[in-house]
Amino acid sequence: MYFDSLHAALAMEGHGPFVWAAYAITAVVLLTLLLSPVLRSRRLRRDLAGEIRRRETAAGEGRHASGT
Amino acid sequence: MHPVRKQRLIIVLCVVLFSSAAVGLMAYALRGNINLFFPPAEVAAGKAPVGQPIRVGGMVVEGSVQRSEDSLHVRFEVTDYQARVPIVYEGILPDLFGEGQGAVAAGVLDDQGVLQATEVLAKHDENYMPPEVAEALEKSKAQMKGANMTKGQGE
Amino acid sequence: MWSFFHKLGSPPWLYRISGSILRWLLPLTLIALCAGAVWGLFYTAPDFRQGNSYRIIYIHVPAAVVALAGYYVMAIAGAVSLIWKMKMADVAMKACAPVGAALTFIALVTGAIWGKPTWGTWWVWDARITSMLILLFLYLGVIALYEAFDNKEAAGKACAVLTLVGTVNIPIIYKSVDWWYSLHQPASIKFTGESSIDPSMLYPLLLMIGSFYALFTCALLMNMRLEILRRESRTGWVRKLVGA
Repeated sequence: MYFDSLHAALAMEGHGPFVWAAYAITAVVLLTLLLSPVLRSRRLRRDLAGEIRRRETAAGEGRHASGT
Repeated sequence: MHPVRKQRLIIVLCVVLFSSAAVGLMAYALRGNINLFFPPAEVAAGKAPVGQPIRVGGMVVEGSVQRSEDSLHVRFEVTDYQARVPIVYEGILPDLFGEGQGAVAAGVLDDQGVLQATEVLAKHDENYMPPEVAEALEKSKAQMKGANMTKGQGE
Repeated sequence: MWSFFHKLGSPPWLYRISGSILRWLLPLTLIALCAGAVWGLFYTAPDFRQGNSYRIIYIHVPAAVVALAGYYVMAIAGAVSLIWKMKMADVAMKACAPVGAALTFIALVTGAIWGKPTWGTWWVWDARITSMLILLFLYLGVIALYEAFDNKEAAGKACAVLTLVGTVNIPIIYKSVDWWYSLHQPASIKFTGESSIDPSMLYPLLLMIGSFYALFTCALLMNMRLEILRRESRTGWVRKLVGA
């Protein structure tokens, strides 16, 4: 470990705000990049599943109605 | 390859080729303007316009930096080892500004050939090393110099 | 060999195989990224001139390198989709754009943050930085162009042509610091000859570059899977997958 204490690591001899801002922005962008396809595909799968279920029940009801 | 695909491949290659040629010609037409700064040799040759905002970049000459006692006024020279351009500037210099280091100054060239700078930027080189390594390198360089001098065949 | 290409063109196969790749590659990438960042932030010495601000290169350089490499992937995918009309190449091209845009954005922002303490300015219109900004606009342009078309086949074609025209920018970015006088320094890592960066600083940087390549692959595959699901939503295999 190059720094003596956590405080020294945060301050980085005056360059802390620059370094930590750069790493924080990168972390936010990368997390968004990885999470957005996960969330969007989860929603797409849910929507598709709902659509299939609706169609199946509609088909089922149609059959039922014709039966009576 | 299928003739239709071959035709498409040729179209793709043409697109890349022609756009490259177009951009190449554009870069050629603008060649002077893409450079961020003038090197001192070109300033000395009179290629830099006088009285217009320009940038001049080079190495800060060792021992040329004169700081004013009571103000932020500073005067220094930059060189590309062919010519020198004196620069005067009033303001805070970047932390990495130093003698023997690269710098780029923006300002206006006056009649005497002095750049009246409004902004000075430090130019960093591509060398990265820990302080101890830099120290060791400095030491070995000094030793080599010493050895060369005793041999009487300095470079 | 050819059967592999045919498989690549098959959406269900690609969806399945990319899923099993992501299952181990994604955690590995995240671990490598964190390890590289901790190594670069805490376990390397500061630079002899820049001090601690140089630690930004551990994200700046990998982001820039992979943003450029990603453009090649996008251009090759675009060419394949134009010439062979391969649908999965079109999917890959579309999936590249947001990943590349994010990486280019990171490179530009971290570069600006690094420039302030080092050069004394956030931004300067030199050849390297300006051509990198053009790269960001190319990536954003591909995204926007794709969304602008209702007909997705025409959208794919237009994007592929834009991508191919933009490839000329890549060698310009690489060579800008050698061809013109710029504020940006030349490359420190050299493929031939000795790198001008100390080994103790080079190893964490190489780890980070590798991690960013892996990250690009992960994000690309994830975006491709999403796009495959969207396009194939009417087919039997997706219905089976979603229903189960």
